[in-house]
Order: sequence, then structure tokens, then C-alpha cells
Amino acid sequence: MALFPTGPVQQVSGTAIAVPGEDIDTDRIIPARFLKCVSFDALGDQVFADDRLELSGEHPFDQARYQGASILVVNGNFGCGSSREHAPQALMRWGIRAVVGVSFAEIFYGNCLALGIPCATATPEQIKAIQAQVDREPGSSWSLDLAGLQLTSAKSSWPVSIDPGPLDMLRSGRWDATSQLLDHGPQVAELMQTLPYINQFASK
Amino acid sequence: MSSGTLYDKVWDLHRVAELPGGSTQLFVGLHLIHEVTSPQAFSALKDKGLTVRCPERTVATVDHIVPTTSQQRPFADPLAEEMLSTLERNCQEHSIPLNNIGSGRQGIVHVIAPELGLTQPGMTVACGDSHTSTHGAFGAIAFGIGTSQVRDVLASQSLAMNKLKVRRIQVNGLLAEGVSAKDLILHVIRHLGVKGGVGYAYEFAGSAIEALSMEERMTLCNMAIEGGARCGYVNPDQVTFEYLKGRPHAPEGDAWSRAVAWWSSLATDPDATVDDEVVFDAAAIPPTVTWGITPGQGLGIDETVPSLDQLDPGERPIAEEAYRYMDLQPGTAIAGVHVDVCFIGSCTNGRLSDLRAAADVARGRQVAEGIKAFVVPGSEQVAKAAEAEGLDAVFRAAGFEWREPGCSMCLAMNPDRLEGRQISASSSNRNFKGRQGSASGRTLLMSPAMVAAAAVNGRVTDVRTLISPSAS
Repeated sequence: MALFPTGPVQQVSGTAIAVPGEDIDTDRIIPARFLKCVSFDALGDQVFADDRLELSGEHPFDQARYQGASILVVNGNFGCGSSREHAPQALMRWGIRAVVGVSFAEIFYGNCLALGIPCATATPEQIKAIQAQVDREPGSSWSLDLAGLQLTSAKSSWPVSIDPGPLDMLRSGRWDATSQLLDHGPQVAELMQTLPYINQFASK
Repeated sequence: MSSGTLYDKVWDLHRVAELPGGSTQLFVGLHLIHEVTSPQAFSALKDKGLTVRCPERTVATVDHIVPTTSQQRPFADPLAEEMLSTLERNCQEHSIPLNNIGSGRQGIVHVIAPELGLTQPGMTVACGDSHTSTHGAFGAIAFGIGTSQVRDVLASQSLAMNKLKVRRIQVNGLLAEGVSAKDLILHVIRHLGVKGGVGYAYEFAGSAIEALSMEERMTLCNMAIEGGARCGYVNPDQVTFEYLKGRPHAPEGDAWSRAVAWWSSLATDPDATVDDEVVFDAAAIPPTVTWGITPGQGLGIDETVPSLDQLDPGERPIAEEAYRYMDLQPGTAIAGVHVDVCFIGSCTNGRLSDLRAAADVARGRQVAEGIKAFVVPGSEQVAKAAEAEGLDAVFRAAGFEWREPGCSMCLAMNPDRLEGRQISASSSNRNFKGRQGSASGRTLLMSPAMVAAAAVNGRVTDVRTLISPSAS
């Protein structure tokens, strides 16, 4: 499996996998019973566990032709519900390095960003067409280009969107926010002096 | 763009710096942690050689994995035991107060922080749990975060965030008899959709909101996230202050009056600008029950499961999936749907007033034959208060099990779960496929009083037929 993201993310290349459906929540991406762990290491095999059980082998994540995919194509409000980072962690450990969809739930989006996984959006019609092409031609190569904001295969190219802030964080490699936040340690200390609830409500 | 709202004011007060790329570094006033989403954050901290910046602004409890029958250590489930002992070790190493089992202060994180007076108006509150929106009931800006962000808050007491837009949910009039805050929020989500709130903070306002108790406001804000809004809030008022006064972490003496003055100053200004506003008529809201697999698939108790042509085109695919999964067909009346399991509890509806409302229905009645019904108080304090007024005895006499506090069957990370195709009447917050521990289990969301009504009749029931007008 490819290494987890580090540093600037300019491009994600590989094969694609489509999981159609509106409002796919994080309980479906990783059911709660798999959250009984103190590390994320084993989550890759458990991604979509119950959906895969329900479809007994027919789920895209079980089909041989999509194994090794790195770009996941989804529909609207993907990742809604629980804040569990176990969801993007499970996808990442399975091999996903970018998600393209109609829209994403906010916490899921932020969790992906914190792992260096871009979530790009396109219109419902475009996503439908991309999913159809992925299904028709499994194993063909795709590339998500963050500079040009295009999702490209040998046969087609689609414009995608990523908000400027997250895009900048991904392309500059600053998506891992910890060090930036720590750089402002003195400012945090200063701000704490101004907050009434930290100072017996003495200051305003 | 909004201005002059509580959200704007609290955001500005907590802004540390603008980060390259356009996000804001926001100070976190209260960081709540629990056993499920913190262990990997502590490991990451260790890997990076970092420590906890403000252990005194961090508070821990254990809730998701705790069994509700015997809480004897070690737990029967070794994985659950490992999670709690990891939390214990992390808290000890970093001097973080842990409200552990048996402390008298343990419980669901979104129940204990308010009852201990930790959650206060004007704070930013973060927790690795999406239902952190609950704390917005106090006029705090409270939101759920992922584990990488838990790591960031532990290390820096701050987060990289983007400012949300503000939508005012104006609810005029008063809720009718037998209609609760749970019905109100299910109604709002039904009408605005599960993704309608993405990108927004929901400001709940209007006479119906002002008339709600703090516990009802918590129920309301708790489920803002189910409508897609990462945080929801209610402006602080006299109800807020009365709730807080005298709680263990509330300010005292001279500080109290200074606090009230400051808190009052944070409420949304009369001439504030919001990005959007939606108006509801409280009196028109019926007891509401979900029929499908998202919290937006709600029905008034007198309604029937909608057919595709009654729905917007965008809602049809998920409705078709829900017909199949729930085995409920268009035209089926929701009242009368048979249930197998009745669950009263959760961070949405596991507080004392919730248990009182359910007990009022259960009192003098019996759980229908073949129904498993159980009550899980939201915290040790809730359990103690309920027992002091005899609610446990009311429930037991009616055939409910009375359990120990925890998250329990809301998400079934402990032994409480549905089996096979069982269908539950549940006072929790999510009816997602598989949510309650069985890959094919089904959930009908409703208020705790409605769950009690379902338990005694064995089927979904309009609670208003079981309560006398003065008894609610």
C-alpha cells in the first residue's frame, strides 16, 4: 500500500472506485463496534463492514476490479453523522487518497483534510457521469490535479472544486495544522489573559 | 455575512490568529474528552514529543463503552476495559481530571459538563464527538471535532477553523401539550433536511425557544448536527443563569454578578444581521417520529409514510432505500407500527426531565408483552436524582429495566444492542442503518414520553392519548 500522505499534496493518481448513495453516514463507513480500539491500525479491513455484509460480495469495496483504488467517487452529504475520524482513517488505510463527490459533511471534510486527503466537489450530473465511467472502465487510471482542479482519465476531464483555504493547506503541505498552531503559543497565552471566564470575570 | 450575533461575538473573542490559507486559529475554552476519540490523539502527542498545554481546561469522562448492567472492573469486554484503562493512564500522565465510574460525576460527556457547571455562556467548547453541539444551549460555540483535532487542542488549546454562516431558526408561539423539544428539532430537520445546515451555525430563537428549560434547549442543540449544522445555540437568558447558579464550576460571589453581566452582553444584538432566517410556528408541531434511515425522515404522529411522488426528487433515492431497509411501505400510518425494543436515554434525552416525562407515561401502566424496555440515565447525578424521587421504582413497576449511566444503545458500543431485524422506539438521535448494533436493526426516533407510550402499547402511539392535560 502506498504511504500515507505527507507534505504538499499536488496530485492524487490511481484507479477509482464509486460508492453511490446520498447521506452515507460515518456509522456506515465504519460501524461503532470497530471503534473499540486504541489505535487506527486495523480499520482498513473494516471499512463499510455492514454495507458489505448486506451486499454479500457485491459492494464495490469487495469487488476485485476496484481493489487498489485510490480515488473514491461519492454523492451528496458523504460522511454525515458521527465525528469519528475512524471513518477517513479506515478509508485511508484501505487505500483511498482522495474523495470526489457532490458534497461532504463538515466534520468528515475537516477530518480528511487533517490527514492530507483532498475532498473535491463537482455537480450531481458530473458525479453521475464520472461514477458511470468508473463502473464501465474499472482499473483505468485517473488523476486528481490540485493545481488545475481537474479530475482526468485517459478519456475525459472534469472540473472540480476545492475551497481556497483547504486547497492552499493541501498544496503547501500545511494541512497538518499542529505546528502552525504551536507557533502561536505566545498569542494563545495573551488571549487567555483577555477571556473573562479564565480570570474570575475580572476583565471585560 | 452575519454581524452582531452571539456567534460573531464569541468567535471574535477567541480568535488567536489568521492562518495562511484563510482559516482562523480559534482558542478552545473547554475541551471535553472521552475514551473513544482520545487514545489515538494522546499517542500522536507522544509521537511528536508534545504535551497537554492546558490540562486545567480539559475534562474527561467515560461514556461510550461502559456496560449499563454491571460496571464492575475489569469490564467483561476486554476491549472496553483497555479503552478505559488507556483513558485513565492518559489522564493521570497529563494531570487531566477524569470523572470516572463511581465518582458521582461520571456520565455522558454532554450531560455531565452542563450539570457540573463546566459549560458556560461565551465559551468555545470542543470535543471529539459530533453531539458537542449540545453545549450551545448555554450560548456557547460548541462543535464536534475529529481525533487529529483532539490532538491539536491537547497540544495548543486551539484549532484551525473556518467561520460558519448563521441561520436563525425562529420558532414563534408555544409548543402544544405533549409536544417536546425533541419533536421540535425532528420537525425542523424534517423541513430543512439533513444537509440543510451544512456551513451554518443554527441560532434558535423566538418565544417557543425562550420558554424551553435548559434541558430542553440541550435536546434541541444536541440534534443541530443531525440537520447538518455543526453547532446550534440559544442566547443566554435568565433561564440559563438560574440553571448555572450554584453548580460546582459556576462562578460565585462577586464573580457571579460580573459573569451574568458579561454573559448577557454576548447575546445577539437586536439589530444583528444573520445570513438566513427560517420561521416555524410552534403550535403547529405535532409529536414527531422518524420512519426512515436519516433523522430528516420524520412524520407527524397522524401521518403516513410518504410515497415517492410526495417527496422532492432529491429525497427519493434515500426514501426508496428506507422503504426497503425499514420494511415500511408508502401509505403506512406511523402510529401503530409495532416495536420490539424501547430505549430511553442518550445525550439527547437522558436527563432528569426526560426521565420524568417518560415516567409520567409509565406510571401505573405495564410494558406490553414481548417488549424489551430499558432506561439508561445520562449520568450518575441524573440516576441519583431520579432515584431520590422514585422514578426508578415507577419504571421497574411498569416492567422497564433501570440501568447504570452511559451512551448505551444510542450507538451500541457496549452490550446493549438490537438483534437481527428488531425495531426500536428510541429517544436517541440517529436512525442510521446499523446504528444500534445490528447490521439490519431498525430505529424509530421519538421523544422519551413517546418511547414510554410505545413501550406500554407495543406500538408507536400518540402520547397525548395517554396523558391527562395537566400531567405533562
